[in-house]
Amino acid sequence: MKILVPLKRVADPDNANKVKVNAGKLETTGLEWKPNPFDEYAVETALRLTENGANPKARLGEVVVVTFGGKDTETTLRSALATGADRAIRVDGADDQLDGDIVARALKALVDKEKPDVVLCGKQAVDGDSNQVAQLLAEYLGWPQATFAGTIKSEDDKALVVGREVDGGSIHLRVTLPAVVSVDLRIVAPKSVKSKHTADSHAYPEGVRFAALMAIMAAKKKPLGEVKLADLTSDTALKITYTSFELPPARKAGIKVKSVPELVEKLKSEAKVL
Amino acid sequence: MANTLVIAEMHEGKVRKSTQSAINFARQIGAPFSILVPGPGSKAAAAEVTGFGAQKILAADDAYLANGVAECVAPTIAEVAKNGGYDVVVVTASSFGKDVAPRVAAKLGAGYVPDISGVKNEGGKLSFRRPVFAGNAYGNCHVNTPVQVVSVRQSEFSAAEPTGGASPIESVPIAAKDPAAERVSFLSMEAAKSERPDLGEARVIVSGGRALKEQFSTLLDPLANLLGAAVGASRAACDAGYATPELQVGQTGRVVAPQLYIAIGISGAIQHLAGMKSSKVIVAINKDPDAPIFQVADYGLVADLFTAVPELTAELKK
Repeated sequence: MKILVPLKRVADPDNANKVKVNAGKLETTGLEWKPNPFDEYAVETALRLTENGANPKARLGEVVVVTFGGKDTETTLRSALATGADRAIRVDGADDQLDGDIVARALKALVDKEKPDVVLCGKQAVDGDSNQVAQLLAEYLGWPQATFAGTIKSEDDKALVVGREVDGGSIHLRVTLPAVVSVDLRIVAPKSVKSKHTADSHAYPEGVRFAALMAIMAAKKKPLGEVKLADLTSDTALKITYTSFELPPARKAGIKVKSVPELVEKLKSEAKVL
Repeated sequence: MANTLVIAEMHEGKVRKSTQSAINFARQIGAPFSILVPGPGSKAAAAEVTGFGAQKILAADDAYLANGVAECVAPTIAEVAKNGGYDVVVVTASSFGKDVAPRVAAKLGAGYVPDISGVKNEGGKLSFRRPVFAGNAYGNCHVNTPVQVVSVRQSEFSAAEPTGGASPIESVPIAAKDPAAERVSFLSMEAAKSERPDLGEARVIVSGGRALKEQFSTLLDPLANLLGAAVGASRAACDAGYATPELQVGQTGRVVAPQLYIAIGISGAIQHLAGMKSSKVIVAINKDPDAPIFQVADYGLVADLFTAVPELTAELKK
């Protein structure tokens, strides 16, 4: 099975409260870049689907990662290559040339060339929080989608049974490949992903795998190609324009109460919510 | 701007209450609007939304649209939008709305603005406000295409109240089927059984963190029952298996804004705060006085939750 995983780098989400706004513009200078956590889960999922969990060094399929951005975003691709992806593509384009829709249309052109069986996406990037590229891409391709996947079971790599995390419960879908899948948090739980190669009883360690030093060195030699955005889509008009950014209004400072009776008294007489 | 199309969400033969958030949006922009109710039984369910001032209710009553499968529903939404000349299509940003709206936008060649927290109609031009970076900043944006698709955050668009009147109900046929739909089949929905209100609609939410451990339910349930509250959880509590995933509140779980949010044993990671900091009154109980949750709490109590929570339940019973 061949899997394409789009990756985005984001300002370190654990420092998101340090995002600054200056004259209506977002300032991300000084913030550390990290791969979007959901995209890391997508890479982990792709690796699990293309291996026998008991012998994860042997890749039994192909995992191709792709990102959009300047030369400096190649770090994001190299880190995915170090964990086991086979090949990387950087679509050269600057952030202000991109929105979710252009990314989806460019990915469509790339999918037409690469012909993966599955495109695995993170369900959202934790900077824009848009949650849209997988669905847009699926529509542009005319493929089925399974969004917010918490579990995936391969049926002989011809179809996937996907457990989707939805409001108030979960939904199970079967998608016949090729398809687009977007992954949610719990896809990296020990038994969330069942490849056709892995024993049903196999349990992965919780979370994503880390690259060994040797693998990081070896990743430098793995193929990394470059494509121009304009070669993938001729229509480069943005559908959405952001005019300004602002910080949220600060919550007014609260008080500490000393006891449970005082808390109840305040909620009744001051906040009037009980 | 001519016309807004509100997409209703159906569940078990009824219109979900979350739909009223999208209706609120339609009223705020002030243009005439219609409501499309897609799904089997929608002809009957349409009666639930005739009192909200819509020009008409369009019922696409067909078993093909069951379970809200995006590949099945999106073609009909797009077709109705196109045929009716609607230039704004809005859905509440529930898991259904987030799943289907981008497909509709792609079909219509429309710009899609996800999960907005506010809208302004500036002389016919719509300007949207939406949270980014886990709610640590807000972006203001507009759409450059003639048709605009929007999903609205339920916690920021309160449920529209009925205004009376009776919008006429019309039947609409389903659109030609997408080939993509033939490659997806709905197998099952496992709904969490709960007598409690939905997280998106609850007036009070009692939410717990990993610190509750195996006593998550034994401590929180009596308090929640007493307050008629929904139960929420932090990601850490869900990951540890103390709470089920659909209870997760945060950037990637449910985004809520109840009248009262009681955070118990929740430290207050950015990702959690993103899902609840619009709550009207926030109470935090935590034994760590430096927990970040206290920075957003209106009332903080530094205490051991294993004694404070039963005490709170007992005090409220008085």
